[in-house]
Amino acid sequence: MIRHQGSQIYASILVNALYAMVNYPIMLVNTLLAPLSILAVVTFATHGTLLPVAAEGALIMSMVGSGTAMQGDLSHLKNDMRMQDMVVSSPTGPGIYITGMALSQIVYSFPTLVLLVIFNILFVHLTAIGALIVFTDMATIFTFAVSLGFFLSTLSTDIVQSWAFSGILSPILTTIPPVYYPISYIPMPYRYLAYISPTTYAAQIAQNQAGFTTLTLVQTAAYWSILLLITVVFGYIAMRRSRWRDI
Amino acid sequence: MQLEATSIFKTYEKKIPALVDISFHLDQRGIFSLIGENGAGKTTLVRILCTQLLPTSGSAMIDGLDVVLDAKQIRERIAAVPQEARAVPWMTPVQTITAYLMYRGYTHADAVQRSIDTIRKLGMEKIENQKNRKLSGGQKRKVLVATVLASEADIIFLDEPSTGLDYISRKELWGLFTSMKSERSIILTTHYLEEAEELATSIAILNKGKLVGFGSMEDLRKLSKYPYSIKVSSPNFELDEVKGEAIHLPDGVTQIFTYESNVYNLVNNLISRGLRFSVQEISLNTIFENIIYGGANR
Repeated sequence: MIRHQGSQIYASILVNALYAMVNYPIMLVNTLLAPLSILAVVTFATHGTLLPVAAEGALIMSMVGSGTAMQGDLSHLKNDMRMQDMVVSSPTGPGIYITGMALSQIVYSFPTLVLLVIFNILFVHLTAIGALIVFTDMATIFTFAVSLGFFLSTLSTDIVQSWAFSGILSPILTTIPPVYYPISYIPMPYRYLAYISPTTYAAQIAQNQAGFTTLTLVQTAAYWSILLLITVVFGYIAMRRSRWRDI
Repeated sequence: MQLEATSIFKTYEKKIPALVDISFHLDQRGIFSLIGENGAGKTTLVRILCTQLLPTSGSAMIDGLDVVLDAKQIRERIAAVPQEARAVPWMTPVQTITAYLMYRGYTHADAVQRSIDTIRKLGMEKIENQKNRKLSGGQKRKVLVATVLASEADIIFLDEPSTGLDYISRKELWGLFTSMKSERSIILTTHYLEEAEELATSIAILNKGKLVGFGSMEDLRKLSKYPYSIKVSSPNFELDEVKGEAIHLPDGVTQIFTYESNVYNLVNNLISRGLRFSVQEISLNTIFENIIYGGANR
């Protein structure tokens, strides 16, 4: 028979996103709530002055949250449902499975992303090239988050462990770092701590495009390099550590 | 299907030997059942054969393909339902089967059609659009078996599919397995010895990671000293005149294990005494107890 790789990818999107969205619509509220609640708090606390920055930040949080959520889903389907073992003993390979699972996270967050893109169109003014750079920035931070999620899923043996990982990642990567606000709001010398998080670089690149902060050409190149390097390193570790077949 | 295992060893990280020198050769369609106590190595062996787990050493070939080196080709032909597999609760049976078929590379339209056809063929149409979480334990297992049945795979691995099910649900599953066995090869692990005896064309008995019995029921009976069992409704029946061994059961019945050549004489003896009795070939239960626990009939 002819096997369609597109179908194999779509299978993960169905299992992990579309069927869940259709059968449990309440789950969509979960993806909406986290970025929008912080957006609202920052907007109210600053009397609306940081709304544009926070709108960009919410987009970054949504992308990171979507990527890291994959570790919980992979762990659930592998350890609780044993579904991954069924897939291992089928013509679907690990690359196709992970690609499908990553795309399922985007599909799952699609309503949230659409809302946040509308917010950004309304409140963040970008040139066409700027929009393209921010899009690339979001895609890169999503790839980083997916790699991190995949890596953590290889460590996790239980869904409870995955919940713990999720609980730790969200504040470390999106709430505390200067994603929803400019980095200049962090007093020295604590500002240096912000650079531990890859999301700081993604946020700085995005904020630079929107004119909320000003980066030199060298800084821009350095931030892109660091962001890409971290993404590649985590991707490599995840691929090295992951085992499609148990040993 | 040809299945050849050669000296398979599996030792887990903590140096626990799970499989020790497993070798066998199977060359027929039908149902091949693996039986053994908890921790005997059934799941480990099945996971190696269906390319989910690497052996520590040794090899296994399915139709000439190595489960380690040719896993990709083997995965084109096999389908497996792991032990403790669960149907995703928020999905319906049609969605469950559709998604699995798409993982096998079917288009969405083909997968939906095939899953509906399979569900109707198995008489499960009443539950086809119910959420899996609302189904009974037996129905959930049937959904999982239906997923692999709906596929084109000609070798099916089922790891303890009937564990925990009531007798009626198990019988329904047996019907499914029987309907599959003319067209495909099934490798089935089970705790229920009557299930293996009823369904399997070949049986492997594992004990503490070792293969301690292998073959058809006929072959396994030959492992026992006495292949026949005669139950006599008499608590005091003595065995002076026949060769064999007698056990006095608590319900007033005497069970005699004997040779095939003695059955005729013994039956005549019982008839002449006017005693009620039944003659049977020994069951898999007896064979298993003899092999694992070293009973008198070993």
